[in-house]
Amino acid sequence: MSLIHDSPINIEQIERNFREIAPPLNEAEAVLESNRCLYCYDAPCIHACPTHIDVPSFIKKIASGNLLGSARVIFDANPIGATCARVCPVDVLCEGACVEKTLMDAPIQIGRLQRYATDYAMRNEKEIFKAGAPNGKSVGIIGSGPAGLSCATYLARLGYKVAIFDKKSLPGGLDTYGMAEYKMSQTVSVEEAKQVAKLGVEFKLNTEIGRDVSFEELQNQHDALFLGIGLGATNRLNVSGENLNGVIDALDFIEQIKTRDWRRVPLGKTVAVVGAGNTAIDAVTQAKRLGAERVLMIYRRTEKDISAYAYEYELAKKDAVEFVWQTAPIEIVGDNSVSALRCQKTDGSNQIFDIPCDMVIKAIGQQKQHSFFESVAGVATDEKGRVVVNELMQTSNPKIFAGGDCVNGGAEAVDASQMGKLAAQGIHSTLTGEQVKFAGFS
Amino acid sequence: MADLSVNFAGIKSPNPFWLASAPPTNMGSMVERAFDAGWGGAVWKTLGEPIVNVCSRLAALDNGATRMIGLNNIELITDRPLDVNLKEIYECKKKYPNNAVIVSLMVESKREAWHEIVKRAQDTGADGFELNFGCPHGMSERGMGAAMGQVPEYTCMVTEWVKEVSNLPVIVKLTPNVTNIIPPGRAATKGGADALSLINTINSVMGVDIDTMIPYPNVNGMTAHGGYCGTAVKPIALNMVSELARDAEINIPISGIGGINTWRDAVEFLLLGASNVQVCTAVMHYGYRIVEDMIDGLNNYLDEKGFASVNDIIGKSVNRVTDWGNLDLKYKTVARVNFDSCIRCNLCHIACEDGAHQCIDFTEIDGLRFPIVDEPECVGCNLCYLVCPAPGAISMVRLDDGSESISWRELTSKQPATMTGD
Repeated sequence: MSLIHDSPINIEQIERNFREIAPPLNEAEAVLESNRCLYCYDAPCIHACPTHIDVPSFIKKIASGNLLGSARVIFDANPIGATCARVCPVDVLCEGACVEKTLMDAPIQIGRLQRYATDYAMRNEKEIFKAGAPNGKSVGIIGSGPAGLSCATYLARLGYKVAIFDKKSLPGGLDTYGMAEYKMSQTVSVEEAKQVAKLGVEFKLNTEIGRDVSFEELQNQHDALFLGIGLGATNRLNVSGENLNGVIDALDFIEQIKTRDWRRVPLGKTVAVVGAGNTAIDAVTQAKRLGAERVLMIYRRTEKDISAYAYEYELAKKDAVEFVWQTAPIEIVGDNSVSALRCQKTDGSNQIFDIPCDMVIKAIGQQKQHSFFESVAGVATDEKGRVVVNELMQTSNPKIFAGGDCVNGGAEAVDASQMGKLAAQGIHSTLTGEQVKFAGFS
Repeated sequence: MADLSVNFAGIKSPNPFWLASAPPTNMGSMVERAFDAGWGGAVWKTLGEPIVNVCSRLAALDNGATRMIGLNNIELITDRPLDVNLKEIYECKKKYPNNAVIVSLMVESKREAWHEIVKRAQDTGADGFELNFGCPHGMSERGMGAAMGQVPEYTCMVTEWVKEVSNLPVIVKLTPNVTNIIPPGRAATKGGADALSLINTINSVMGVDIDTMIPYPNVNGMTAHGGYCGTAVKPIALNMVSELARDAEINIPISGIGGINTWRDAVEFLLLGASNVQVCTAVMHYGYRIVEDMIDGLNNYLDEKGFASVNDIIGKSVNRVTDWGNLDLKYKTVARVNFDSCIRCNLCHIACEDGAHQCIDFTEIDGLRFPIVDEPECVGCNLCYLVCPAPGAISMVRLDDGSESISWRELTSKQPATMTGD
């Protein structure tokens, strides 16, 4: 990708554009907001959270001034509670279920309160949990994303020796490399991973399975393995011109932004983003914030069909993104570099037209890694390429467990975290016959 | 527009809202600003022998994010020279002839001392006296304030001393720091009081700084009990006001004090027998300006209810307070959940389950779980209704048809044998 052009806006403005959209609550706000919580019994927010954090409990503890206890309630049910506080789609989860939303369309700001408590614990380096007494068993975890970190945390608390392998140089997976920068910077997820390391979990970064270590070795070294490897590369558009300069995967684009090395992030003057999911939103909003003059979102179906959350779509609208509905790309035009995206209407007119642009970002979903599962790991996948697991998160190989995007096909970090928790319980019961239930086991 | 003017024991004021004797009535300039804001009357900060105050003096009780639902103070009576106060009272009254200016007094338990201060103060043109027999802190250690109010004989005696020389109406301000408010109320009446006012503040320790372990308010590492007031004391005041109002031997007007923040609070005091009200804490919190809505709200209330004068509602609820033994044992209500308004917080369920009679279960409607009352088990205690945050989600529904009625007193007088537990 050689496409680097001078953004029309200066670095200071870019920094301002990438300020957190949900800044931390100050003490006065936290007191007011936590006291507004009704402390529901068997609260809807607990049910709505995939990790079933006891939300009223942690909020009540903020109100009582027991921030350490509050952080413990959060991390007990969700080891990546600090990340989730920032990146969870709370509108459709806890805050969407909040009775205060029902009562007066003003849900408690659960996400920001969760951040308030977890920030306190992490800023003060509070020890939330201790590693369990060693039980002599070891588990290898492939992938240090939310599923892997969660699984590792619970296993370490049970006394397992845990090693996490990740091909990237920083831990956290998509939490570190794939979140819109205005929601969360890398330090949060990296710090969160450090909490896991403090439990004695060994992180083997820059380590790719099949290149630096073989899958068989891992199988031999560990009593069980957990696969939290997420999804693969972004889907191809399968149109000509896809290899031109200026065509980029959304995830690569976002990963570059995560460095905050603004001048090295590839950017066109006119950016066409293909797709209408949450990743596509992350791409359009951030392209705009970097200073692209015109950003278009191209989607083959209609506005009401988009898979992005309403909140995310609103964000794109606020950023003055242009939406091109019922339009499919049929060719990327250009000599060496992109000069236009040739499209065809899907509304029945079949009209063909060019969108002049110098950058095309592909955000039409990621591929499944079924070849890895079938050829390397030897575990069964379903017709969509997802790893098949039972209620213990156990794959067709009883010693191999899996969770996260590779199992559910792509969902939220919080979903992956819960799967990591379930897998830790599954691994423990499989290896020891003992049943444990961590907080938020529904 | 209803007539809000009140004649309280011969003291006229344009409305029933008076400032209580306290920091907001410390000096002429303050009282004059209060009258400009709309206050009908003001009871001047208590006059007496000069004192020296401590620092600090106030502490508050917060409820969650709500500031100061209760306030306590260890400030004493006025620390200004008597002649300065008297001069300002004179000037204030001259400037505001239509507003009530009451002089609060507290001196040692000597007839001559009371005679002297009464004589000096009534030359100011003030409209009446209020005898401070209620201050529970500091002054009481010197035999004044609550030390007088807690001994009915003293209350009667000092009231008599004042009445010997006063040619103005005399209000006796009572302390709530007694087990029964009737004896001091009757004693003041017997002593010739023209009116009563209550409550003064309640003995209290407001709390402790759990880091320094020093209680509030901190006076160089120590504290002393103070006088508690504000929103949180209103129910205590309402009880005492209504107790006096329904006592057959007490037939003098009552000035209601204690936790009055709004016109609603004032209406409650009036309904339970107060002829006017006095306010302090709410003004210390928000300023004199709060009287605007007190006047406006009371006016609108009276208009809406069809009362021409505020005097028409005084005491209207007094006969609805009785002894427990007279309450109707046949009256039967149950809670009912209105699913349309219910927000499913389940607070009614857990309150009933752990704090009442285990009669709120769950039912599923359109895939959602709603609380539902097991009516035969419901005792009609109100708890669920009280904890419910959603307006209209729980109503208390009357089940009996009113055809039968029996009180505990009637029951025990008719069927004593069944009540012995045999």
